[in-house]
Order: sequence, then C-alpha cells, then structure tokens
Amino acid sequence: MITALLAQAWQAPTIDWHAIAPELVLVVGINLVLFIDLWLDESKKWAMATLSGMVLLGAFVPVVTLAVVGGDVRDAIFDGRYMIDEYALVMKGLFLLVGYVVVLMSQTELEEGGYYQGEFYVLLLVSILGMVMMASSRDLLSVFVALELLSIPAYMMAAWRKRDPKSNEAGVKYYLLGVFASGVLLYGMSLLYGTTGTTKLTEIGAALAIGDPSVMQVLAVVLVITGFAFKISAVPFHTWAPDTYQGAPTPVTAFLSVASKAAGFTALLTVLYLALHGATGVHEPYIWVLAALTMTIGNVVALRQTNIVRMLAYSSVSQGGFILMPLAVMATDAAESALRAVVIYLLIYAFSNLGAFCVIMAVARKTRSGEISSFGGLMGYAPGLGVLMTIFLASLAGIPPLGIWIAKLQSFRALIDAGSTAAYALALIAAVNTVIAAAYYMRVLRQIWMAPAPDGDTSPIVVPPPIRLALAITAGGTVVLGILPGLVLRFADLPDLTGALGL
Amino acid sequence: MQTLTNDNWLLTVGTFLPLVGVALMMFVPASDERAHKQIGIVTSAATLAIGIWTLLRFDFDQSEKLQFFADSEWITVIRSNYTIGLDGISLPLYVLSMVVTLLVMIYTWDNMPDAGNPKSFISLMLVLQVGMAGSFIAQDLILFFVFFEVVLLPMYFMIGVWGGDDRQYASLKFFLYTMFGSALMLVAFLALFFQTGAESFSFHHLAEAGALIDRDVQVWIFAGMFIGFAVKVPMFPFHTWLPDAHTQAPTQGSVILAAILLKLGTYGFVRIAIPMLPQGAKAWAPVIGILAVIGIIYGALGCLAQTDMKRLIAFSSVAHMGFVMLGISTLTEFGINAALFGMVAHGLITGMLFFLAGSVKHRYHTLEIGRLSGMLIQMPRLGWILGFAAMASLGLPGLAGFWGEFPAILAAYNPNFGLDVTLYRTLMVIAALGTVLAAAYLLWLYQRTAFGRPNPEFTGTHSVGAAAADDHHGADIHDVTPIEWIAWTPFLIAIVVFGVYPQLMFDVMDPAVTALVERVGAGIP
Repeated sequence: MITALLAQAWQAPTIDWHAIAPELVLVVGINLVLFIDLWLDESKKWAMATLSGMVLLGAFVPVVTLAVVGGDVRDAIFDGRYMIDEYALVMKGLFLLVGYVVVLMSQTELEEGGYYQGEFYVLLLVSILGMVMMASSRDLLSVFVALELLSIPAYMMAAWRKRDPKSNEAGVKYYLLGVFASGVLLYGMSLLYGTTGTTKLTEIGAALAIGDPSVMQVLAVVLVITGFAFKISAVPFHTWAPDTYQGAPTPVTAFLSVASKAAGFTALLTVLYLALHGATGVHEPYIWVLAALTMTIGNVVALRQTNIVRMLAYSSVSQGGFILMPLAVMATDAAESALRAVVIYLLIYAFSNLGAFCVIMAVARKTRSGEISSFGGLMGYAPGLGVLMTIFLASLAGIPPLGIWIAKLQSFRALIDAGSTAAYALALIAAVNTVIAAAYYMRVLRQIWMAPAPDGDTSPIVVPPPIRLALAITAGGTVVLGILPGLVLRFADLPDLTGALGL
Repeated sequence: MQTLTNDNWLLTVGTFLPLVGVALMMFVPASDERAHKQIGIVTSAATLAIGIWTLLRFDFDQSEKLQFFADSEWITVIRSNYTIGLDGISLPLYVLSMVVTLLVMIYTWDNMPDAGNPKSFISLMLVLQVGMAGSFIAQDLILFFVFFEVVLLPMYFMIGVWGGDDRQYASLKFFLYTMFGSALMLVAFLALFFQTGAESFSFHHLAEAGALIDRDVQVWIFAGMFIGFAVKVPMFPFHTWLPDAHTQAPTQGSVILAAILLKLGTYGFVRIAIPMLPQGAKAWAPVIGILAVIGIIYGALGCLAQTDMKRLIAFSSVAHMGFVMLGISTLTEFGINAALFGMVAHGLITGMLFFLAGSVKHRYHTLEIGRLSGMLIQMPRLGWILGFAAMASLGLPGLAGFWGEFPAILAAYNPNFGLDVTLYRTLMVIAALGTVLAAAYLLWLYQRTAFGRPNPEFTGTHSVGAAAADDHHGADIHDVTPIEWIAWTPFLIAIVVFGVYPQLMFDVMDPAVTALVERVGAGIP
C-alpha cells in the first residue's frame, strides 16, 4: 500500500551511476578508511595512507573512463544542475592527482609526528570529495555545499599540530576568515536568487543578460566574487594565507595552496562563465583591480620574507593574481583564451608548487628549520634536491622551458587577445611583476647554489620513498608539460562553459 | 619564401646533442672531475663536428633561403610550431657558438674556476650551448623565446657560483635585467601575433603579415621588442648590467657572454624586429642610431676610466656593440652586413681578450692595470697575443675587427629609406671619433700592462716585509701553456683569416641580407 502511494507521489530520478562514479568511489572509500581505522592497531596505521592513496587512484579510474566514453553519459543529470562535462572531468582529475601527491607527502610527516593518521586521511578525502563535487556543480546551492564540504575539513587539518600554538593560530584564523567569507558569499547568492528567482547558474546568466543589472544585482555580483576572493586568497582578502600556510603542517599547506585554491578558482570560473557573464561592467573592473593588487602586493611582500613557507605563501598569492588576470577580460572575444589560460595555469601550477613543498619537507627533515638561509649549501650535499628545487622555482618564475612558462604565456595571450587598453595595462603590470617574482625565487636559488651550509653540517639527506615518488611525479610534470605543453593544452579547450556565452 | 629541406635532421641533432652529454654526466659521480671534463670536451667536439658537417652541406649559392628547414607540430593550440632553419644570417653565429663552446671546454681542462665542481659547471655550459644554438635556428617566435630564455639560468649560475667577489650582486642584476627585457618582449611578440592575425608564430608568416599593420601600432610593438633586445645587446642606457656581469663572471662565462649571448640581442633585431615591423623599424632607426653612438662614446670614455683590465674589456664591449647597432640602424644592406660581420668579429676578438684577462688573473692574481707591467718581458708570448688582440679590437685593417666597424661607419653616410641624412652623417663623424678613442684606451691598456719593467711585486725579488694577502712574488707567472695554445689558436687564426679575406663571410651573408632589406623596403610605403 505504502509502496504504491510512494510510487505515485515520488518518482525516483534516473541516475547515471557511471557519471557520478568518482564521487561514489570517494564516499565508499571515506567510509572504509573511517571504519578500518577504528579496528586498526596503532602500529599498523601506516596502512591508512596507502589505502587513501588507493581510494584516490580508484576514483581516478571512472574519471578516465568517463572522458574516454564521452558523449551521452556526460549529459546533464539532476536537471542540469550537476554536470559531468569536460571541464568538470579535467578539474576532477586535477584534484584527485593533487590529493594523491598530498597523501604521499603526508605519510612520513604524520608517522613521524605521531599525529592522528586515520582521521587526517578521512578529512583529506572529504575535502577532496568537496572539490570533486565543486567541479560539477552548476547551481548556487551545490556550489555552496561543495565549498563548505571542502573547507570545513581543511580548517581542522590546518590545526593538526595541536600542541603547536602556531598551528592552532593557523586553524583558527583560517576558520574565522573562511566562515566570514562564506557569509559574504551566501549573502551575495541570496541577492542573486532574490533578483533572478532561480539558483540554477545558466538561468541566472540568462536573467542577468537582459538589460542593465540593478543595484541589487551589482551588489550580488560583487559579494559573490568577494566570497571567492577569500578562497583564492586574492589581495586584499589574503590576510589569512601567510599565517595559515606557515602554521599548518607542510603537506596541508601544499594542499591549501594548490587544491583549495584551484577549487576556489573552479567555482569562480563556473559562476562567472555561466551566471555572471551578463553583468560585464561589474565583474571586469573588479577582477582587474583584484588581479593587479594580488600579483603586485603578493610579490612585493614576498620579497621581504625570510621564512621559506611564508615566502611561498605570498608567492602563491601573487601566482593567484596571474591566474586571475585573464578573467579580467572574460567578457570579450578573449573569453575562450581566458578560460583556457586559467585552467592550464591551475593544472601546471599544481605540479610546480607541490614539488617545491616536497623539497621543503625533505630538506626540513634534516635542517629542522623553515628559514631560507637553512637552504645554504644544498647543492653541495644534496645536489639532487638542489636541482629539483631549481626546476620548481624556475618554473614558478616562469622561465621556459619549465612548466609555468606556458601558463604565463597563455595568460598574457588572453589579455593581448582582448586588445583593450585596460588589458594591455594589466599585461604590462604583469610583465613587471614577473621580474619582481624572479627576484625572490632567485634569492632561494642563490642560497642553494652559492651559499655555504649554515652550520657546516653537510651530511646527506635521506629522502623517504613516498616523498621520492611525489618528487618524481611533480618534477616529471613540470618538465614534460613545459616542453610538450600540447599534452595538457587540449584539456583546456572547454566549449561547455564558453558555449553559454553564445560564442 | 623558399626553403630547402635536405638533411633537415642536422640542425635538431646539432642543437640538442649537448643534452646527451648532460645526461651522461648525471651518471658519473661528481668526484670524478676528469671524466666530466672529458665528457664536456667530447660532447662539444661532437657538436662542432655536426656543425662543420652542416657547414659543408650548406648550399652557399642559395644562402638567402632557409636551409635544413624542418617544420613539425609543437604546441598546436597556440599555433606555435617547431620550425627551424638556417640561412646566411644565422649560419656564422650558429657555428661560432659551437666553436666557442668547444674552445671554452678545452680551456676549462686546466683552468677550472676556484669554486670547483666541474660536474655542474660543464653541465651548465652544455645547456647554455643548447639555448644559444637553438636561438639561431628557431624560425618561430615562441620557439625563439624559449631558447632565448634557456640561456638565462645557466648563465646566472655560472656568474653566481663561479664568479668573483661580487658575484651574487652581479648575477642577480644580470638575471633581473634580462628577465625584464624578455617579459616586455613577450608581450610585444603576442601583440604582434594578434595584430597581424597571422596563422602561426612562424617568422615567415609574421614577416609577411607584420608589414600590413598600422604604422602607430608597429611603433608600439617595436618599442617592446626594442627593450627586450636592447637589454641583451646591451645598448646604452640598458647596459649597466654588463660591466658587473663581465667583471664578476668566470673567464669561461665572460667569453661565452661576449662571444655569443650579446649577439642574441642584435640577432633579434636583424631577424625579428626589423623585418617584421618595417615601419616601426624606420621610426625607431634614428633612436637606435643615436643610442648606438652614445654607446660608442660612453663605452670608450668608460674604458678610459677603468683601473681593472676585465672591466675595461667589458666597457669596450658596449662600444663595439654600439658600432654593430649603428650599422643595423642605417637599414642598408651595407650596414647590416657590417653589423653581422661585426657580431662575429667582436665575438672572436673580445672572447680572446677575456681569455687573456682570465689567464692574466690566473698568473698575477690581480687585474689591476696599475700593478701590471712588463708582461712582454715576463711572458713574451702572452704579451704578444695580448697586443695582437688589442690591435684587432681597435679595428686595425687586416684583422677582423676592421670589417665590423669601418663599413658600419661608412654605411651611416647614406642611410636607407629616406632616414635623416644629416643626422646620420653627424652620427658617422662621432662614431669615427669613437674609433680614435678605442685606439687610445686599448693602446693605453697595452702600454701600461705589457711595456716597461715588470712590477717588482711579481719578480720574486720584492721584500717580504710588505707582503699583501695576494702577494706571491709572481710564483705563478709562466708563459702560454699548451692547453691555452689549443684553445686560443683557432681564435687567432680566424681573426687573421676574416681580416685578410672578409669576403669569406660577406659572401654567405650578403644574399640573405639583400633579401631582408628588400622585404623591409617592400613594407615601407
């Protein structure tokens, strides 16, 4: 009787299980890790890292099959509010890969530090699940849920070294500012919903495209972008980043500066391209200013840092400015170039930045210091790590033929493709900033190559196998993608998003 | 544009072969210094062998055409291809880079800079060679940009690790200056690409389409490229990194920097900026001419004020590159031919002078001109070679330096495309005065260091009481060693051969230069 009633009142939606397989694998994996951890003896906790790595690789499989099958399975499910298109798949692949490298990085750190291992991996996997969902979200609600799902575990992970006041500060600061940003974002979203009457991004886009935006809508656009600006640590909403990065355990810092930032950009891209593109006069100047400020202030402050993690924090702020830069021209003919530039930047930046953090971890195991001066003489006693760090930092500085040069080139390309005076001005600001950035990256390289070891200790560094693997992945990615960028450039050809602009 | 595609694997192999050496060295422990030096010499010798084979296969009757042309897909999405080729303009520089690298490797056998670690040093030199050769064969803007930048890091480390006392400052200055130039240059490249709407980044397409852009736009784009290349040349007022970099760099670094790296800038003007933006070039030519002449005079006066031999040679580079740029700025066939000749001649002569400075430093442990004297008595052969190189550098007819400077000055008498004749003739006169100054500073240098009695400090008879830290009573002073002979003789021979028979090089370059000037002419209404 009840079943008959239910069958009338509620019709189960047809769910394409293949399409959401990556998320399902992650959900099952999270539960597995959680339960196995409960019964596992303390001495066998190392297995959790391996298991988490397997879960991430397992989730990678359906991403690949979905990409290969293509076509109809990738169609919209849930009424076009959750899309499995190329854009989503590329970003999902990125998040899973970054997650895998972060697991590799965490393994020794957690084992040696005596931290809670099982719980850490559960949180990490949940956060990655949020990111993977973010890539597919095409509705204000699912965007927001995904954002919270990826942020809340990260707040806890930042404070993982719980006996260290700095780590606590990192966590609390990140949490408070993060929650504040969520509030701002939510307020903006509520205004968007209030003025357009829908939460579906494409419908908002259609509504905004008609006529000039009202005052409410202008406010909504500004608030939404501000909310994401916190997440991607754009100046002046970056103040949490340096303290959080410095205080958090290094693998978490790497995770925040790469994956969390990429997730913020993913959300920003989706929302901008699908919903806000109509309000051209509002977001373009705003993003222009954000980008110019972010790269300049991030760089200038980075120049003065003496702690390497803090320097990389500010460098990652300024890299964010470069990633943001093409979005300042996304409403022009250059919309496609801009999208491609952002996606390619996120993909390649992930390798180089993670790699740099891997080297820092490996070196800090010996020197027990985060100062730039502790890198002195590295070339003498650990030439392998020295060369790798050279590769990563030179890539971050944008020197061909290493990874990020092609991403920087794409960003410049998008601006010049747009061809407006504002775009050229931003390109010139960016050009000057590349030079400033080179100055502080070179300062680290100068320590590595030219300075003597600070305390005369030149015993070699033993790099644990998981970090070795992480270094191999990141260095390989940085070099190969720099020389043959064609391998990933085609992933950045994403008509699904720009299609909404009617190009 | 016609191209010849015979043997089109030659350039790729010739350019990337040094990487094989680097890969080999990765498997040899750093402590085995001898093996690293051997690998370095063998690899660069093999590279030069490919270079000579290229020279033999080159069709000199068609040197205006791109030869060994290859074009394969690289980054299709941004329409940039792996397009390479060699013509009369790039051939001499391409081969020169290989010769210089081999000779520098040989020199390193006995003269490893103090910081040691030949493994890194030689790997960096090999990577440097890839970047240099690659820049000369690239026929695609993005590819050119990549190779152009590849040289940056190795040179930074060579100066910074193996350089003199002030090396860290000098290396960072070198790096940031160049980086700034190339960032603006990249913006200019992209602007050119989008303004032309060209179908690819290949030089050929851009040269065809570039001439059609509005004059004002051309002027702006040229400005971006101008800064990028002018920093590299370096032209006044972007030259301030050069004296520091040259003075602090190890001998090997100075030689490569002077002989090849500076040429990347002038080559960029000839190959990229001028043919692609003819009207921009015409608008900027007087500025280039004026800055070039300021560079000549300023460099010469700077030389007269130096007390350090190496710094003096560095400033003379500024003056010599001024002549090259003056030749280019006339936009005449004659002037550009002279400039290209001047590039090679300056590479040989100044490279030689830096070798000598390195060896003098090695023997006297100082380069202070005031403390050096009587070299002809203490080491007659080295003293004579120094005299020879100084004569070549001041432009003595019969030696290579003459054919770079004299025609450049002459070309300024009659600039092309209606450039202001009065201005250029004034520049010509001032540049001619510059040659007198060049004679002055070089002869003065030679007179003070080579003539007279040896400084008692270095003769071993000096009283021990006043011993300074670097006072070693000339114990290290000896004449030219066999390794130095091997490294230097090719330079000396080339300086004489090209001086006596410049036709050898002009014949190769002239058809290509004629075609280039014709193309520029077609782009100027």
